[in-house]
Amino acid sequence: MGLTLVLPLLIPLVTALVLFAVRQRRGTMHGIAIAGATLAFLAAVVLLADVWTHGIRVVAIGSWPPPYGIVLVADLFSAALLVVSQLVSWATIVYATAWMDSDRERAGFYPLVFVLLLGVNGAFLTGDLFNLYVWFEVMLMASFVLLVLGVERGEVEGGIKYVSLNLLASTFFLSAAGILYGIAGTLNLADLSTVLSRLDPGIVNVVAMLFALAFGIKAAVFPLFFWLPASYHTPPVPVSALFAGLLTKVGVYALVRVFTLLFVHDPGWTHRILLTCAALTMLTGVLGALAQFDIRRLLSFQIISHVGYMLFGLGLFTPAGLVSSVFYLLQDIVTKVSLFCIAGLIERTGESSSLGHLGGLLRQKPWLGLVFLIPALSLAGFPPLSGFVAKVLVIRAGFAANAYAATAIALLAGLLTLLAMLKIWNEVFWKERPDADDGDAAQPLGLRLVAPVLLLVVVTIGLGIAAEPVLVLSTRAAEQLLDAQGYRDAVFSIVADLPAHAFRGGAP
Amino acid sequence: MEIFFALMVGLLYGCGLYLLLRRSIVKVVVGLILLGNGTNLLIFTAGGLVRGRPPLVSPDATSVTPPYADPLPQALILTAIVISFGVLVFAVALVYRTYRALGTDDLDALTTTDRLGEVPEAAHAPMIPAVVASEPTREEG
Repeated sequence: MGLTLVLPLLIPLVTALVLFAVRQRRGTMHGIAIAGATLAFLAAVVLLADVWTHGIRVVAIGSWPPPYGIVLVADLFSAALLVVSQLVSWATIVYATAWMDSDRERAGFYPLVFVLLLGVNGAFLTGDLFNLYVWFEVMLMASFVLLVLGVERGEVEGGIKYVSLNLLASTFFLSAAGILYGIAGTLNLADLSTVLSRLDPGIVNVVAMLFALAFGIKAAVFPLFFWLPASYHTPPVPVSALFAGLLTKVGVYALVRVFTLLFVHDPGWTHRILLTCAALTMLTGVLGALAQFDIRRLLSFQIISHVGYMLFGLGLFTPAGLVSSVFYLLQDIVTKVSLFCIAGLIERTGESSSLGHLGGLLRQKPWLGLVFLIPALSLAGFPPLSGFVAKVLVIRAGFAANAYAATAIALLAGLLTLLAMLKIWNEVFWKERPDADDGDAAQPLGLRLVAPVLLLVVVTIGLGIAAEPVLVLSTRAAEQLLDAQGYRDAVFSIVADLPAHAFRGGAP
Repeated sequence: MEIFFALMVGLLYGCGLYLLLRRSIVKVVVGLILLGNGTNLLIFTAGGLVRGRPPLVSPDATSVTPPYADPLPQALILTAIVISFGVLVFAVALVYRTYRALGTDDLDALTTTDRLGEVPEAAHAPMIPAVVASEPTREEG
């Protein structure tokens, strides 16, 4: 019964171990990595189907009943995020088999990617706050090593900033968890959601802000995002793409989880702060993007800007707002990863990542221009692409909640996003190549580089044209997020199913 | 007793944050270590300090009698120590690599990738050869 919940963790773990053993043989490694990613994707789809038909799924690890043991909980939000993350990681891994140099592959690139996936999946599935910390650390440790795997100067420089600021965030997270245990006496999310409503709101607010700070650093929210543009453009493109698609989104997931399940006693205060941060994140991110002249640095600032859109709905804390957050999160992962992968194709073709040196790519590879334009316009919110539906949801939720100033900023940031994307388009594709030679020596782009990008672009179009099923999914996921009682019931209902010899706890 | 622990936590956090703001990378890492220790002490204190009452069920009883020391914070701290140990070993190795390659531990010198405009070629220079070449002289000096 619990197998569907455990497989998304077991598959990356086993794949990582096997890959580590065969990391001297590149061909074998590619095959196993792609097979592992495919299996993980299938497991996530099965889990989503399971949660869709049977409601929230819970498994008690080691048959220890909640709140004493650790539980894995999959609601629609977690399961949908799992599916999308496995999809983008599959695409990135296929892309990486054609991109990575053999030094990085032998140093353990693929095993580390699967450890990263393990951490991400664990963070999505866990129902225990301290366990969430452990999964965060698993994910961070893998990302640290992935970031500096090539030991190039830029990688190490970016790595120092990334490592120190993320360790600081982990410290805040751990402090918050410690204080929360001190005041509530439990770390099980379902149990906490009952206990916290009985406590003094003042101290709960303090803990809520500590969590907002810790997850805010991970999610790159407005005043806390500085590590992201300093590091995301330094590693090889597949690593950047994977980070862009997964890491900040786990931070957003954690924020959504704790601010819908735990800290809902005083939304006028806590969620108002989140809304303000979201609006400022949108604006500063896109303004930062406009100033950049390196493709991946520009896109890094766009990550920040769009984290703001995801938190906007959470800050409103209305059903419509949460629907927009869930939908935005799901579609943005696909769009961001495809944009970073396309940035890699542009770098390969134009042999530079600087907008100043690039140019004339429309003449060289007209199809690449089209492929770039689709996710770029989706990011800016053009119909019929997925970003359009997402932005409509955000703006409508904003107006419905009378948050006019923040909604105006969201509209403005959307317009500026278009400007930033057109800047790339003009500089890379439209203008003539500045230096005389027109890049005849550029390496041809293989099928394994192009196919994953095309897949993600098709998904972006598909999520826009056929948005209805995903919208229904997001709506139901948002309903589940707002129904804390349903979450608690699901978690504690498994106590009855546990074997008779399992520890059931006793009044001390 | 709690007040002493609370002051100690505050002191560790203060020192840790102060060191984090220094320009030297080594001091930043030391700051992270202090912060981590402060956090562990915080969890320990927040879980409640009970002296000499282990959470053991006596032979003639069926459950522990309060007050007893909560074992969970200590288990959390143990996990946190193991994790922070691994992470810090990585951080120290990273700092060492950076120092050997750049010959400095000044954070303000690490701006190759931060400039507006294009990322210079130097950012993609592999560091290993430079390290091997410069190592003997530095060891002797």
